[in-house]
Amino acid sequence: MSTAMLYGLCSAVLVGLGLFGLIVHPQPLRKILAFNLIGGGVFLLFGVVARRGAGVGFGGDPVPQALVITGLVVAFAATALAVALLLRLFEQTGQATLRLDG
Amino acid sequence: MAFDTGLVLLVLGVAVWTIVARDTFAAVVGFVAYGLLLALVWVRLAAPDVALTEAAIGSGVTGVLLLGASTRLRRTETSGAGEKPGITLRLAAGMLCALVSAGVAAIVLKFPEPAPTLAPQTAANIVATGLGNPVTAVLMAYRAIDTLLETVVLLLALVGIWSLAQDRVWGGFPGPRHHADLEGVLTFIAQLLVPVGILVGIHIFWIGSVAPGGEFQGATILAAMWILAMITGLVDAPPVSRRWLRLMLLAGPAVFLAIGLAGFAMTGAFLAYPAPYAKLLIVTIEVPVMLSIAAALALLVAGPPERRPQR
Amino acid sequence: MSFALDALTILAVSTGAFFFLAGTVGLLRFPDALSRLHALTKADNLGLGLVVLGLLLQAEGSFAALKLIGVWLLTLLAGATVTQLIARTARPGGTHE
Repeated sequence: MSTAMLYGLCSAVLVGLGLFGLIVHPQPLRKILAFNLIGGGVFLLFGVVARRGAGVGFGGDPVPQALVITGLVVAFAATALAVALLLRLFEQTGQATLRLDG
Repeated sequence: MAFDTGLVLLVLGVAVWTIVARDTFAAVVGFVAYGLLLALVWVRLAAPDVALTEAAIGSGVTGVLLLGASTRLRRTETSGAGEKPGITLRLAAGMLCALVSAGVAAIVLKFPEPAPTLAPQTAANIVATGLGNPVTAVLMAYRAIDTLLETVVLLLALVGIWSLAQDRVWGGFPGPRHHADLEGVLTFIAQLLVPVGILVGIHIFWIGSVAPGGEFQGATILAAMWILAMITGLVDAPPVSRRWLRLMLLAGPAVFLAIGLAGFAMTGAFLAYPAPYAKLLIVTIEVPVMLSIAAALALLVAGPPERRPQR
Repeated sequence: MSFALDALTILAVSTGAFFFLAGTVGLLRFPDALSRLHALTKADNLGLGLVVLGLLLQAEGSFAALKLIGVWLLTLLAGATVTQLIARTARPGGTHE
């Protein structure tokens, strides 16, 4: 198995781990963390696709690498907005929970 | 191969720690370590530009944001414990996630051979762009529309965050006021590190046209220096209603869009650069975009306004 | 000549790795925060310094060597600052001056 395949399997496990954390944790901040874990796994999958496209003197296909760079910045913007929403919820209600009270 | 196996085990171990740690602060620390280890993985995958971006944005700036949030939410640590799902839900979630992982692993193992790639097309046309770094060529020439939309997405997230301010502090200063202890350790390191960091950021931006680097990585380092200066109290965050701040944020996307529309006049297509001026146009776009992205990243971390504006 | 350089690099990097190991064992086994910080500074200063020394022998050109030394100095700076800040919070007397 080549190294690219090994990292591809690693990305599969990361996606599963992140999804588990997203479902199981009640606190929204832990859910945001788990979501970023899923994002890391998906970007790693892109990286494996880029590595397999090596050729003509490049170590990897540059197009998926550029897509991952864009994705990282957008993921950070989404995380920042999510954290701001969470902190505002905490300010308004005094607790950080997604549970709806009756 | 042994090194890669060890690295994969380390990444998975830190990821498991991030999920199962009881304390949110410990989980965030694990997440920062996860980001740095992923940067090593990117180097092994022959993607140094992505490694720089992952270490700077994915681990660094996101880590600062999440550390600040976890400190503010420390009081809610124990109250969430009452909602923990029972053992049946955990088992069901575990099986679902195992299925998802197996599905992705099956996709990975069934990748087509030979691998499809756009590297030959990138290499064939890179001379016309005047750049030496293929990833920068993709970001600024071949897929420039993606980069333009990405700068706009950053602005949209910033507007979303600013709109979360309470009415009485609308347009005010983001975040609490940090007071600088002028004899303290933090002030020392900020005064020492910020000028060095600004130089390093500009260097990484400039070298990005021929070597790994580029405006996103350089902009993140500049943003980190501004965040450092704000956190240590050496400068105060500007009120979000200041005109110069808003002009600085808009300059990047505006110049990008203007040059894109000028492409209609010059070559008949949106965001098309005429060959002799390609490098000049790309640099003209990159400088304001870098400043806008640096400002946007720093303000995304600073958060919504919390103090009333003076006027 | 290059064999001697390679051997020196392996020796330096291995010694640096040993200091990292010692620092990690100290982090896990020492009883309180201050002694753990003490162990970590060994890993940071000596461990990284020896690794950088070993890599300096393999560096191509003086600019690469300067960058390696710059990495070590920046890590020293960051480590010293964070150690001071943590120690002030963790010491038994509290954070008063």
